[in-house]
Amino acid sequence: MLKVVHYINQFFANIGGEEKADYPVEVREGEVVGPGMAFKQAFGEEAEIVATIICGDSYFNENLDKAKAEILEVVKKYSPDVFVAGPAFNAGRYGVACGTICDAVQEELGIPAVTGMYTENPGADMFKNKVYTVSTKNSAAGMRGAVSKMAPLALKLAKKEAIGASCQEGYMPNGVRVNFFEEERGSKRAVKMLLKKLADKPFETEYPMPTFDRVAPNPAVKDLSKATIALVTSGGIVPKGNPDHIESSNASKYGEYSIAGVDDLTEETFETAHGGYDPVYANEDADRVLPVDVLREMEKEGKIGKLYDKFYTTVGNGTAVASAKAFAEEFAPKMKADGVDAVILTST
Amino acid sequence: MKLEVGHIFIKDIQFGAESKIEDGVLYVSEEAVKEVVLEDEHIASVKFDIARPGESVRITPVKDVIEPRVKVEGRGGVFPGVISKVDTVGEGKTYALKGMAVVTAGKIVGFQEGIIDMTGPGADYTPFSKLNNLVVVCEPVEGIKQHDYEKAVRFAGFRVAVYLGELARNLTPDETKVYETYGIKEGMEKLPGLPRVAYVQMLQSQGLLHDTYVYGVDAKKTLSTIINPTEVMDGAIVSGNCVSACDKNPTYVHENNPVVHDLFEEHGKTINFVCQILTNENVYLADKQRSSDWTAKLCRLLDLDAVIVSQEGFGNPDTDLIMNCKKIEAEGVKTVIITDEYAGRDGKSQSLADADAAADAVVTGGNANQVIVLPKLDKVIGTLDYVNTIAGGNEHSLREDGTIEVEIQAITGATNETGFGYLSAR
Repeated sequence: MLKVVHYINQFFANIGGEEKADYPVEVREGEVVGPGMAFKQAFGEEAEIVATIICGDSYFNENLDKAKAEILEVVKKYSPDVFVAGPAFNAGRYGVACGTICDAVQEELGIPAVTGMYTENPGADMFKNKVYTVSTKNSAAGMRGAVSKMAPLALKLAKKEAIGASCQEGYMPNGVRVNFFEEERGSKRAVKMLLKKLADKPFETEYPMPTFDRVAPNPAVKDLSKATIALVTSGGIVPKGNPDHIESSNASKYGEYSIAGVDDLTEETFETAHGGYDPVYANEDADRVLPVDVLREMEKEGKIGKLYDKFYTTVGNGTAVASAKAFAEEFAPKMKADGVDAVILTST
Repeated sequence: MKLEVGHIFIKDIQFGAESKIEDGVLYVSEEAVKEVVLEDEHIASVKFDIARPGESVRITPVKDVIEPRVKVEGRGGVFPGVISKVDTVGEGKTYALKGMAVVTAGKIVGFQEGIIDMTGPGADYTPFSKLNNLVVVCEPVEGIKQHDYEKAVRFAGFRVAVYLGELARNLTPDETKVYETYGIKEGMEKLPGLPRVAYVQMLQSQGLLHDTYVYGVDAKKTLSTIINPTEVMDGAIVSGNCVSACDKNPTYVHENNPVVHDLFEEHGKTINFVCQILTNENVYLADKQRSSDWTAKLCRLLDLDAVIVSQEGFGNPDTDLIMNCKKIEAEGVKTVIITDEYAGRDGKSQSLADADAAADAVVTGGNANQVIVLPKLDKVIGTLDYVNTIAGGNEHSLREDGTIEVEIQAITGATNETGFGYLSAR
């Protein structure tokens, strides 16, 4: 049977309200307390609560490091398959405590955790991207509903099963997009959403718009004739044969290649690995994407100081922003160390 | 404009001495269709195969999927300006062979052909696994450039579809659906008080093997325009593109556009489905601005209350999608947009290349970067030679045991952005 350790506050342990909020960490081995009863029922024969940890909300938040250490010690001792905290509903300090301790259990003990709270609980915003946080009602009247989502999610985590999309499992969207099959096709869902929007009724978008990073351009290069210029491309130009096997879409890597002594990219020496456009013209003459020829001329004419003798390249076709960012974080310092003053980024 | 579409159900396809449709079975004379394909001097040889739902068959690399149709009454013929002469289609009577498709496949054009598995987990992701498919595998003549080869295969597919469609000309359809739209004034009189809704379809037109044709005209050379939704049922829009398999619209999707069909379902009940607006997805900023300006202007001119906007492709066209959405909303016309996502294999990256607060109603076809393992299947139609280099594959995709690990973007139709499929994400 799977093992669960449950965390609750003094209120849900029936010890007392605000006046008892400084109640220190207490462990009740083999005991199911308060909301634990509902979990026990929901778990059935699949899992058991091996211990309940009770802690006052003030005690936790005012003695954060001490409380955390004490609780982690206990959890470690029982080495459960999953850790459950709350649900905290709209109790602010309780929600923060649940999120904090779940995060610590996951990070420091590698044990999966789940909590639950009301969407406006400050703990939700702080931890929903780190800990599976089930969305609950704002008061304990919603206990049944909360447990009906938290318990199956806890079991899945304990069994290391794949976790479905937020709307299926009931957790708050956590920044990780998960695919699933809807019951109606996309066009039907679009028509239904449109009818709601037309009638000024509430509707739920399937993809809330993200906030984008904006990069402010650097000041202009003062004297190009003394500047070292580098070429970087997401157009997939690689030495013929694509030696590092950069993928044609959603690239997981970038290439660093020398163009020392190269005045012109030819059909025999370079090609594109990019899967997002007709490769004929780039393969005929890769300078069309990575203009080495033009920059060499400018170098000879003294218009630029020097063309950097390496170029960095990847395929920008459907490549995750996180990957692109990681690539540049790796190679940008190298260029900087080599005295590159400016970079021409070419895309396709 | 009123179009009756007669459905002729095809339960099975078999090769036979003579091409004919009998008791729901399509018999295909290989000799006859071979002749149809080899009319084009760019094609050196052709092979045909049949893939049925549930069979242990993988088709790859897939280029286009086409539903055979024939115009039996009214002006024009199917695929006007492409196969039939230019004439306005969309009224009268058309028969469609339902439950089957012509699938063109063969040696790769670029990187962006797809996979159709007829069974297993991959089959769940492609709508075309549910059809009886006549697969046309074309080998090009030597030395041909990709774009000429693409064109040859594109036309070969249409010719075969038209040839098969003709077999149904004198049959009696199993069922008939009627679609009717009205003139502007007529519609307002017939459907007073109903919100005026249109469908804005963005056509892939980035060029360099990313093209779509409207009445034979290359969409990247067009201004945003109006079309009657019944016209697309006669093949007024055809695919000529090789964008990632998951979210390009094969010709089959244009013929059976699900937004058109689902808006027709509500037409006369909750909405007045006024028309379809076509716009493109060109790569130059000036083109993007012009096209989205015109789209918004048309929405205003038609006094629309709301539109559904569908996208094709990803990345660069995300900017067209957001421009359209923003400008249409700014005209006071409500929008719902349909797109798909490239959130990375871990699902943690931004899903779109552009965003705006105006896009508050989004339907998603799912994250195309999701990784799937496709089992080894008994038979491959086409070739596995390109699995490692198609969009969604990598150097390790094809494993020694014959299984394939790819992103679902390699699967034809997996994250379609006209809402053709059921996949979504949160």
